[in-house]
Amino acid sequence: MKDKTLMRLFILPTLVLLISINVFPLVWSLFLSFSQYSAKMVNVWGKNPEMIGVANYRQILSDPEMWVKFITTAKYVIMSVAGEMILGFGLALLLQLNFRGKGLVTTLLVLPMTMSPVIVGLMWKLFYDPNWGMFNFLLGLGRIDWIQDPARNLYSIVIADIWMWTPFVMLLSLAGLGAVPKYLYEAAEIDRASWWFKFSRITLPMISPILMLALIFRIIEAFKIFDLPMGITGRGAMAPPLLAMHLYNVSFVTWNTSIGSSLGYIMLVMVVAITLILVKYLNKAKQ
Amino acid sequence: MAQILDRKRRILRAVVIFFIIVITIVYLVPLFFVIHTSFKPWEYIKEYPPKILFKPTVASYIRIFTSRTPLPAGVKLPEERVSQMKWYERLIYKDTNEEIVRQGDLPRRYLNSIIVVIGSTVITIVIGTLAAYGFSRGKLKGRDDWMFFILTTRMLPPVVVVIPIFLMFRTLRLTDTHIGLILLYTAFNVSFAVWVMKGFIDEIPIEYEEAAMVDGYTRFQVFMKIVVPQAATGIAATAVFCFIFAWNEYAFAFLLSRKYAQTVPAWLPYQMGVLGYDWGAAAAGTFIFLLPAMIFTIILRKHLIRGITFGAIRK
Repeated sequence: MKDKTLMRLFILPTLVLLISINVFPLVWSLFLSFSQYSAKMVNVWGKNPEMIGVANYRQILSDPEMWVKFITTAKYVIMSVAGEMILGFGLALLLQLNFRGKGLVTTLLVLPMTMSPVIVGLMWKLFYDPNWGMFNFLLGLGRIDWIQDPARNLYSIVIADIWMWTPFVMLLSLAGLGAVPKYLYEAAEIDRASWWFKFSRITLPMISPILMLALIFRIIEAFKIFDLPMGITGRGAMAPPLLAMHLYNVSFVTWNTSIGSSLGYIMLVMVVAITLILVKYLNKAKQ
Repeated sequence: MAQILDRKRRILRAVVIFFIIVITIVYLVPLFFVIHTSFKPWEYIKEYPPKILFKPTVASYIRIFTSRTPLPAGVKLPEERVSQMKWYERLIYKDTNEEIVRQGDLPRRYLNSIIVVIGSTVITIVIGTLAAYGFSRGKLKGRDDWMFFILTTRMLPPVVVVIPIFLMFRTLRLTDTHIGLILLYTAFNVSFAVWVMKGFIDEIPIEYEEAAMVDGYTRFQVFMKIVVPQAATGIAATAVFCFIFAWNEYAFAFLLSRKYAQTVPAWLPYQMGVLGYDWGAAAAGTFIFLLPAMIFTIILRKHLIRGITFGAIRK
């Protein structure tokens, strides 16, 4: 057998799997998004699914309720990612200092990141509980309901998200800070540059690509958040109107499968658009 | 002058270190809280303000592992029965006045998690290592495009593909089976595995392989006898990552496993509703589930950064 053929055979299983479990569903989903279809009912071609063009998209985008969901999700993304970026970068700056036990501290701080998001949600649900949880008690608050009250439960998910993902930004920032060449600081030292000058003219420009990378990862993940709110609030009527949870309700509770597919595609296009814009900035930052 | 400056610097240093330690402790409070609650005796669990100090008990762990019936209030079992009980039965009897009927649902769900996670990790590593090697050494046309394609499948929000996957699984009767979840998690992780392992294999000097080929090794022998042993650390690290990702997965498990193949993340949130006010058992279940991922994170700490960035940052 030719070497090149063998190499192709090496790659084949992976591609077959990805095409059958990722690409094929994606195409199917696109088809469904232009049709009227409910998975609860019997398949009858021409009736269920029935091709109806862009009607689903029109319905979603003209529904004022949907805009509430888009805006809530945007609020969620902005608050949680901003919190993570500021806290994560701040922690990384503090951890520039060398001391004994630094490795241990770093390891302890990254623990939340590799936990199961839904279980982290459950953990925070226990922690927030107004009747016996410690959150209100430790902060000296009264018996505030962080889970059922719609005025607040978006923020309780944001707090848990920040808790979980700040270590991610911290870890990336630490890697970035460690890669800044020492001679730059030494040269600045000779010129008696101020701390602020060194930070804004050396540190920030040098690590902005890696901060951008962290930002891209975090925005994509926060945009499609599903597990964490499922753990904290569940998907009931009191849950905050986040897109992924709504998609689940539309598709698997009210069984409006085709509307769910269209919403999924709208989310996909948004994720791709956000990523492309940010990658453009990332490439600019790299220069 | 210099001395004063030096002292100032040392004080600042001590302040920063103190600050870091305080932050770390505050940061871990939610986790401490769950562990703390899981060892709380029954009578303190509903107390508010919460009791901080108490004699720890494993009763909550026994409750999450078992199914029990409460004895009618005031009913005391005969002394003889109590003395014949196993230690955990006696503990539950004395703590909550309940009788253990049978094993609970947790052990089965835990076993499901282990089967699905190990199955998918093994397949991911086998096909992922092959593909990573193919991409690293094979001079194939459009290699970068294929690599990018593989990456995009991972970036895809699961919510977009979840509907057709649900329909596909229903047609193929893969819903609520181990093999269905294994396939799904393999597809989910293989993109990650290919990217990270390609990085590890790229770092192995190609000269060994060329020399072996001159000596008459076939390509496959080269792969098995030279590349795999040298990439062993990388393969192991990748496997642990795949294990953690699959262990933590919720959205697909929740939708596609109802009973027979249900994993712990799909089961526990539902179970918390059933447990009602048994927060101790809920906390115990949470902690037992988090423990393996925590241990693996500590083992992985040197490779963590490489894993979370898909091998983009190597340190």
